[in-house]
Amino acid sequence: MTASTAAAVAVASVGLVIGASGCVSFYEIPVEIPLQAKIDVANFQRVLVFGFLSGGSNAIDPNTETARLLRSQLRSKQDLKVIDSDVVSLIDEVDRQRGTGPAPGATSAPKPAGAPGEPSTPGAKNEPRIKTDKDLQEYQSIFDDKDYWKAIGERYQSPLIITGTVMFTEMSKSGMVSRPQQYIDSTGITRYQEVHEWADLKGYALDSKFIFIDGRTGEQLYTEPVHEESLYPSTQSTPALSSYFELMDKVLPSFLNTLSTQKIRGTRILIK
Amino acid sequence: MRMKAWFVASLVLLILGVAAPALADRRSEAKDQVDFGISVAQRGLWKEAVLHWESAVEKDPTYAAAWNDLGIGYEQLGRFTDARKAYEKALEAEPNNTFIRNNYDQFRENYDRLNRRRGGGR
Repeated sequence: MTASTAAAVAVASVGLVIGASGCVSFYEIPVEIPLQAKIDVANFQRVLVFGFLSGGSNAIDPNTETARLLRSQLRSKQDLKVIDSDVVSLIDEVDRQRGTGPAPGATSAPKPAGAPGEPSTPGAKNEPRIKTDKDLQEYQSIFDDKDYWKAIGERYQSPLIITGTVMFTEMSKSGMVSRPQQYIDSTGITRYQEVHEWADLKGYALDSKFIFIDGRTGEQLYTEPVHEESLYPSTQSTPALSSYFELMDKVLPSFLNTLSTQKIRGTRILIK
Repeated sequence: MRMKAWFVASLVLLILGVAAPALADRRSEAKDQVDFGISVAQRGLWKEAVLHWESAVEKDPTYAAAWNDLGIGYEQLGRFTDARKAYEKALEAEPNNTFIRNNYDQFRENYDRLNRRRGGGR
């Protein structure tokens, strides 16, 4: 036996030991990950989704859509009673407090582009009053007005009040994207490989801040900033409302987790 | 030269002969704990499962599967900081294990989002 053969025998022995013990068994198991509520709502029996400062794209009305969606989620996924009320436009509230009406042609609640009787392209008549973060800043002082929120609380029997800001804006980007590409290998089997390519993308961004206010005192209990984006190939036509719901789907678990313990369902792999 | 090669080969086998049984014993005991932990986890008894996996990593701290399962157990119990540490120990022991990597990635997705949001809150 040569030196190299002897070394090979030793290495093979090691490989055999490792190989014999290296047979991996695995089990997929469902998990429910508990996330504790971020605020204590034991002192509240009701919750009021009041309305939002909203703006950005005129393709949807983020204030109404957000209030409607949050109310329906709160009704089914936590224990506080959800108060039914008209959705308030905070932009109009601020303008009313300042004694200024909406600018001519501006609206706090844009009708979706293409609504019956409206031009399908955004026009001056349908311009939202808040288009940028700078516009938004001018209205945000309402959230610090404790007397205002206390008065709202008294009107609705001291609920937990949910308000905040919702900016839903169109965006476009260019960058590398990956997609699966089908090919047939030398044995005739169909396989997939990931290919990277440069692409123009467009979509929407959601910048929200949910503010939770104690209706008994008017004080802010908790705020939660959120930023999510959905981008699609520029050749794909995705309705704004679909994109809005897609973005809100990402945000909702964390929003609901503010008030109640939530469970995130998933699967994990246990290994032997 | 030939004598030297034989000496090296004999030394390797000797070390394996002495060390391997001790290592194998510890791994075997740890493996029993892992197996039992899996069987109780499958019945939803996560607290008990975690106790067995903790015992497994105590017996054999290099056992990647035990750390992985412990990470899952901690996650299920809402002990996220412990879960992150356990997953990282698992990856330290077996960096190329795709099962562990996938579990860790899914854990991070929830954990990072939770922390990002909580960090932003007041």
